Amino acid sequence: MRVESEAQLAEAVRDAGGALAVRGGGTRPVGRCLGEPLEVGISGITLYEPGALTLVVGAGTPLAEVEAAIAAEGQRLPFEPANWGPVLGAPGTSTVGGVVAANVSGPRRVQAGACRDSLIGTRFVDGRGQIVKNGGRVMKNVTGYDLVKLMAGSWGTLGVMSEVAFKLLPAAPSQATVVIDLPAGAAQVALAAGLGSPFDVSGAGWLPGVGAVVRVEGLAESVAYRAEQLRKLMEPFGPVQVEEEGSAAIWASLRDLEPFIGKEGDLWRLSVKPSEASDIVARLGGEVLLDWGGGLIWALLPEGSDARALASPYTGHATCMRGAAGVTFEPEPAPIATLTTALRAQFDPKGILNPGRMG
Amino acid sequence: MEMPKPKEDLLARKPQIIARLREVLPADAVIDDPSETRAYECDALSAYRCQPLGVVLPRSTAEVAAALKACHELGVPVVPRGAGTSLAGGSMPQADSVVLGLARMNAVLETDYTNRFIRVEAGRTNLSVTGAVESDGWFYAPDPSSQLACAISGNIAMNSGGAHCLKYGVTTNNLLGVTLVTMEGEVVEIGGPYLDAGGLDLLGLICGSEGQLGVVTEATLKILPKPEGARPVLIGFNSNEVAGACVADIIKAGILPVAIEFMDRPCIVATEAFCHAGYPDCEALLIVECEGSPAEIDEQIGMIRQIATRHEPVEFREAQSADEAARIWLGRKSAFGAMGQINDYMCLDGTIPVSELPFVLRRIGELSKDYGLDVANVFHAGDGNMHPLILYNANEPGQQEQCEKLGAEILKLCVEAGGCLTGEHGVGIEKRDLMDVQFEPADLEAQMRVKDVFDPKWLLNPAKVFPLGASASRRAS
Repeated sequence: MRVESEAQLAEAVRDAGGALAVRGGGTRPVGRCLGEPLEVGISGITLYEPGALTLVVGAGTPLAEVEAAIAAEGQRLPFEPANWGPVLGAPGTSTVGGVVAANVSGPRRVQAGACRDSLIGTRFVDGRGQIVKNGGRVMKNVTGYDLVKLMAGSWGTLGVMSEVAFKLLPAAPSQATVVIDLPAGAAQVALAAGLGSPFDVSGAGWLPGVGAVVRVEGLAESVAYRAEQLRKLMEPFGPVQVEEEGSAAIWASLRDLEPFIGKEGDLWRLSVKPSEASDIVARLGGEVLLDWGGGLIWALLPEGSDARALASPYTGHATCMRGAAGVTFEPEPAPIATLTTALRAQFDPKGILNPGRMG
Repeated sequence: MEMPKPKEDLLARKPQIIARLREVLPADAVIDDPSETRAYECDALSAYRCQPLGVVLPRSTAEVAAALKACHELGVPVVPRGAGTSLAGGSMPQADSVVLGLARMNAVLETDYTNRFIRVEAGRTNLSVTGAVESDGWFYAPDPSSQLACAISGNIAMNSGGAHCLKYGVTTNNLLGVTLVTMEGEVVEIGGPYLDAGGLDLLGLICGSEGQLGVVTEATLKILPKPEGARPVLIGFNSNEVAGACVADIIKAGILPVAIEFMDRPCIVATEAFCHAGYPDCEALLIVECEGSPAEIDEQIGMIRQIATRHEPVEFREAQSADEAARIWLGRKSAFGAMGQINDYMCLDGTIPVSELPFVLRRIGELSKDYGLDVANVFHAGDGNMHPLILYNANEPGQQEQCEKLGAEILKLCVEAGGCLTGEHGVGIEKRDLMDVQFEPADLEAQMRVKDVFDPKWLLNPAKVFPLGASASRRAS
């Protein structure tokens, strides 16, 4: 079933006879998707004020449509959302609601925060079929509990979002990437040096076939200055070069996991304490890609691998994004699991919203 | 402002309650003599005061857990308190409650520059978090005006902001993890020195929950390398409207200064009389701060100068030295103190869409005339977070009530303009009964259901955030 208005959505949830498999464009088929498909097709920009850096949009609006509209005003989504469709083998059109439901944040997360940090408001329909709003359209708002953050990354299990509001940033006119020729296992120390510098690094990762990469963005002269400072800072770690024209392509590749597209194997995503990255990479084996200064490890492993067992011990959590592994999301410690279960029961007492999606 | 009627049986059982707390806590961690607990009868919303049954001052997470467990068993409400600087009455006690103060828990537990975090006990003051890493070239970004005194626990409870959040975000954007003690005395670790939640974002839920879901005893905070330098400019204008338009143009041009502060004439006049910062004689002024290397700052300020010139400023003053920079900030930083010299004042905190600035400022001026009370405006213009200061005389009968009515009108105006009741101070008791201006019953119900999960008996800071009528049945049970 596809719904195109909030009223239709509320009705669909109220009238549901059983489980609903909530989806936007279906480009993030992570975890189990049980039940009758419910596609959120509530589309269109409700409000866009470039002078206030704010955007309100229907949750089913294609991400590409939103990005094009704000790019026309020289602005962008701060968190640089990835398109996981190709790497997950899921053709379709990514929607903003899906981006929020999965809290998808790209390389700029280290500087500008996650999707949830840019999300300033949402409207959703809870499991009772009740319409709820939280947050709003202003970027500073502490009125009542922050259910906005809770909805981000809840994979449609607490409510089905009908509308989302973002704070935006001016798009940077220039960028440059400092590339350091290093193996993945040695990259983290260099990335930490970049992120610990005063040069406002907006991306720090490691890309197969390229090496360790550190990005700066901003006004042209400023970018040139900071790239040069970083080049000097990185010299002790390995051969260094500064990439200007190719910079955008490097980060698009890293963001969308291009080196892994079309390859066999299970795809895992580990969010860890960055300084543990080198050891974890060594223990995992397989092909890896690093983002967030080593705090995010993407690993392509032989089918059926248990990345949690391989990577242990680690501080953080691992998610099986694509593969045969039994448990998609990291099992939670008992006190957290108790709170999570109780929250679900409050938002979705009948247990009909994406049941089992998050384990 | 109404508080729930204290439960008679709790007031009658005070000796037993205090005795039980003394059993589970060290002797000096429990105070109940009214001469000692008086210091805790109010926070920075000092118009409202109430003596609690007692105050506990634990030194560890284990002691916090013991105190909460005992209060839970006895059915005693608990009001958590950081440094008591809330402008919203977030830590104001109720008569049948125990105040749990975190001031003794102020240690730095871990500093990690490789992973860019610091872990502290939550009673530590905001500024001393930066103090712990400053000499190594790092800082903690959220900088509420009260940062010298306010505690991290209170910052987390209210999701506090500050002047520089246009670039760096507010507390929730700089918080990586917490140790939370539930009302039942259970210790829960949420988040840590890694990014994003593995499951539901409980950390995002805790931040800004005004001490109603649990007591945060430790916090893992993101720290940032200090920029190479920073420099403010001061721009004076002949009208609020023009100053507001200049703010929008700066943002639209793709420049993101770390701060854009706005002061109107009443505020400029008062601060000049107070601290002689040498501000121009004008209707409105902006302080815009840029960061980076000297050349980068020059580039940004050059662009800001071009934009400002189009709006015909009466003055464009660029700091040429650290001393001049300090003078530009002096008046802004002294604004609240200056107002306090003139009169009593009530500080509001609504946020509006930046595009509505001229309209809202004009309307506040009209309301000010209608009520016969002066209003000065000083606020974070880049993000639309306003701080109208209503001046009144508390000793003149009826003025405080008039001031509160005007405050409510202004906050309703903020909501009508597309904004919200509070941008960074929190709801507390101050805006509690205005919540239904901004929210439908179903919106509040969804929030209260979250409290049901964490604190089923509604014992933690129960008389805050939600209109008393809306929360009555839950509090009674």
